[in-house]
Amino acid sequence: MNAAQMPNLLPLLPELVLGLGAMALLLIGAYRPARASEFVDGAAIVLLLVAGVLVAFMPAGRLTTFGGSFIVDEFARFLKILALLGSAAAIVMSLDYAKRQAQQRFEYSVLILLSTLGMLMLISAADLIALYLGLELMSLPLYVIAASHRNTLRSTEAGLKYFVLGALSSGMLLYGASLVYGFTGTVNFTAIAQAAGQGGIGLIFGIVFLFAGFCFKVSAVPFHMWTPDVYEGAPTPVTAFFAAAPKVAGMAMFVRTAVMAFPGITSQWQQIVVFVAIASMALGSFAAIGQRNFKRLMAYSSIGHMGFALVGLATGTSEGVQGVLVYVAIYITMTLGVFAVILSMRRTTGMVESIDQLAGLARTQPTMAFFLAMLLFSMAGVPPLAGFFAKFYVFLAAIKAGLYALAVIGVVTSVIGAYYYLSIVKIMYFDEPVGKFEQMPYELRVVLAICGLFNIFFFVYPAPLVGIASAAAHSLF
Amino acid sequence: MTSWPILSLITLLPLVGAFFIALLPEDEAGIRNARWWALWTTLITFIISLILIWRFDPSSADFQFVEKHAWLGGNITYAMGIDGISLPFVVLTTGLLPISILASWTAIQHRVRDYMIAFLVLETLMVGTFCALDLVLFYLFFEGGLIPMFLIIGVWGGPRRVYASFKFFLYTLLGSVLMLLAIMAMYWEAGTTDIASLLHHSFPLTLQKWAWFAFLAPFAVKLPMWPVHTWLPDAHVEAPTAGSVILAAILLKMGGYGFLRFSLPMFPEASAQLAPLIYALSVIAIIYTSLVALMQEDMKKLIAYSSVAHMGFVTMGIFAVTAQGVAGGIFQMVSHGIVSAALFLCVGIVYDRMHTREIAAYGGLVNRMPLYASVFMVFTLANVGLPGTSGFVGEFLSLIGTFRVNNWVATLATLGTILSAAYALWLYRKIIFGKLEKATLITIKDIGWREIAVMAPLVVLTIVFGVYPKLVLDISSASVMQLIDNYQHAVGALHSAALTR
Repeated sequence: MNAAQMPNLLPLLPELVLGLGAMALLLIGAYRPARASEFVDGAAIVLLLVAGVLVAFMPAGRLTTFGGSFIVDEFARFLKILALLGSAAAIVMSLDYAKRQAQQRFEYSVLILLSTLGMLMLISAADLIALYLGLELMSLPLYVIAASHRNTLRSTEAGLKYFVLGALSSGMLLYGASLVYGFTGTVNFTAIAQAAGQGGIGLIFGIVFLFAGFCFKVSAVPFHMWTPDVYEGAPTPVTAFFAAAPKVAGMAMFVRTAVMAFPGITSQWQQIVVFVAIASMALGSFAAIGQRNFKRLMAYSSIGHMGFALVGLATGTSEGVQGVLVYVAIYITMTLGVFAVILSMRRTTGMVESIDQLAGLARTQPTMAFFLAMLLFSMAGVPPLAGFFAKFYVFLAAIKAGLYALAVIGVVTSVIGAYYYLSIVKIMYFDEPVGKFEQMPYELRVVLAICGLFNIFFFVYPAPLVGIASAAAHSLF
Repeated sequence: MTSWPILSLITLLPLVGAFFIALLPEDEAGIRNARWWALWTTLITFIISLILIWRFDPSSADFQFVEKHAWLGGNITYAMGIDGISLPFVVLTTGLLPISILASWTAIQHRVRDYMIAFLVLETLMVGTFCALDLVLFYLFFEGGLIPMFLIIGVWGGPRRVYASFKFFLYTLLGSVLMLLAIMAMYWEAGTTDIASLLHHSFPLTLQKWAWFAFLAPFAVKLPMWPVHTWLPDAHVEAPTAGSVILAAILLKMGGYGFLRFSLPMFPEASAQLAPLIYALSVIAIIYTSLVALMQEDMKKLIAYSSVAHMGFVTMGIFAVTAQGVAGGIFQMVSHGIVSAALFLCVGIVYDRMHTREIAAYGGLVNRMPLYASVFMVFTLANVGLPGTSGFVGEFLSLIGTFRVNNWVATLATLGTILSAAYALWLYRKIIFGKLEKATLITIKDIGWREIAVMAPLVVLTIVFGVYPKLVLDISSASVMQLIDNYQHAVGALHSAALTR
């Protein structure tokens, strides 16, 4: 084999490390069952961090390999690091839970590693086939870990539901991809962009199906139905994982496909994204009001947040993409912080999930209550917390692109959404205590403190994140 | 000009104090220390803010003590500075904070530490609002104030505190998000959010109109103007005394300040065209809410409605855009800041003793509390607008300022002053005069030293400003004149353009 035929593997290095590492850990787990799970968990976190470092130190500029199907640019670097951090945090947060529920299975971390590998492939995918491969590699482990409490009805139901609906959405996505291929004659994004020309009914048809599949993955309305049930049914650490890293990858594929493959016909797919954004923001705000289960509430909250992020995509401009990136980054910290609290809602009788159980937390566990309150205000988008800046940048882009109606509807739904975040603050601060939770595990405290402090102090020096996001967004255009 | 970042210092000092209070233990000594630390922090902040008055050059209309640092990238910077319009509010804020801390000295008994932290954080955000010279920074401070105030009403408030705090939060948030969108539109139009540069940017008329309405929303809610005032009585009634003081004295003023800082100078043509709307709303506020105030059974509610009426004079005067009108508006806000704060403190004094705010539960207090009765008298008369008190100057100036522009509006508004005399004196008669018949009131004590210390500066200022209003008017006159000049120029240009067309 000569060097010309051998694809350049350098851009793929983090993925290779992750993939080989995951397989090695699988073997170790299978052949050394005694205390394997703790070792595998630790090694998995290290692998994710190593992959993150490799991504960060990859040579600058745009690298491609496999004939242009796999692309590493600033955009990919930014989102890959986010996804890796999200996955690592999810494993960290599951440690204590697994120990207490006697659910220590080494497969859990391995599955997360494989799913993360899928995310990285997805983020770098620059043609439809690579995209589909990454998507399935990401999703299949997710179906399994959603059902990882195989003895409980809720968890198996969640897994099954997720799988069936996920398969349906994959089908739609494939159908859309085949239509796009049929009408442009290529699967490569850049080539599609050239072949797309002025669009046409067939291509639009394909885009609609393609976007339907994307919406399912980022849980945007009207393809959100699985989200509340899966969030509620899946074991809580799994939910924490679902809420963070896969959303990053889903958003990445949505943005990259829309912006790289269909830049010439923005005005045609824009309407779809505008509708989806409005519907998600509205549903996320209204439907969450009646929820008492914290996990279910977070499901609606994440639907709403994805709607806000999609406002940025709807503009189809580099400011908009920058907004999406900033939004996703901040969204991850908010979500992980809140899930650190949900995972600590444990009394001697076991885990509780109702928000009413938080009553009087400001007096029983003031630090935890303070951080949760700050994260909730941040989610509501109240300045000076980070969540405000997340919304600020997407709406800034929407205003520039002239999407005034979208922006007005967006901010109004954000006020409606503020109501349910406030209700949780009210329960913690205004209501009488109902008793203390057990001591918060060490690692959850660290996660909560990091996320909380990030959200509180983001406003002091927002320039780095915003600058990197801007560079990342420009790399797509 | 000093190179010290004095505005940032004043803004951030309370936050530093709050941080140290957060480290205190929650025991007897910790609670005592929390009170003292909060008091000292606010006092020192106040003293530093007095340096501002000392070093301020009232002959210049420019922004002074300016600080500027890179912040969000683009042209969104961390810019602070004050001029003659914002300086009075900065000092009003820093001056009232120690008073509110003193007023809550014994009234607040549970979660004292958290309470003091909330107040100090609130002070930072309020001072920042008045000092910010960048729209996004302004928005940050303006909105951030919601969080501590929400908690103050919700945690330390009365029986319907949850309802009141939610209403307060959501009303204000809904108003201000629209402003945020307008800020963004202005950013793309002018390429910056620096207030000093935006003051000299002329926006196209369509944008002006939309932005004017978008800026009207938060300021009308905050001020509050009729018909979006309904959150105010609820918030006032449920908030603890010091919360009401801050709400009435400072948070409401952010609305008026916003009109002066943004609506008038940045959208002059739109302001000129839409001023009749403001006049109408102001007159309705003055007459309607005065009538509503006459019917109240709760002391705080009565004062709350009277605040809405008094703010009507402010908006009317500001949008008349005459030298007297604008100066009167500013003076009325400062005066109302002092008087309404004092009135809420007066209510707080009897509430602390009797734990009811129902007017019918009182009567004949003059027999037992002579000192209290005389203090209350000063502020009641200032609220009515008696010559010789600060209340008179503000109302008088805004009325003559408006009279030059629209005498119908001024005439109707004058009716409001009669009504204000009716409700204020009625309240005073019911509570203070008459025989002391209620058995529960027999043992009530007159005001003590701490309460005298709280009230004395307010009494002095009310009378001093009433007799010698030049103190406030001089500070703001240069900035006000510049504001009016620019406004006349912009509107004049529009008129001549219309004529030549």
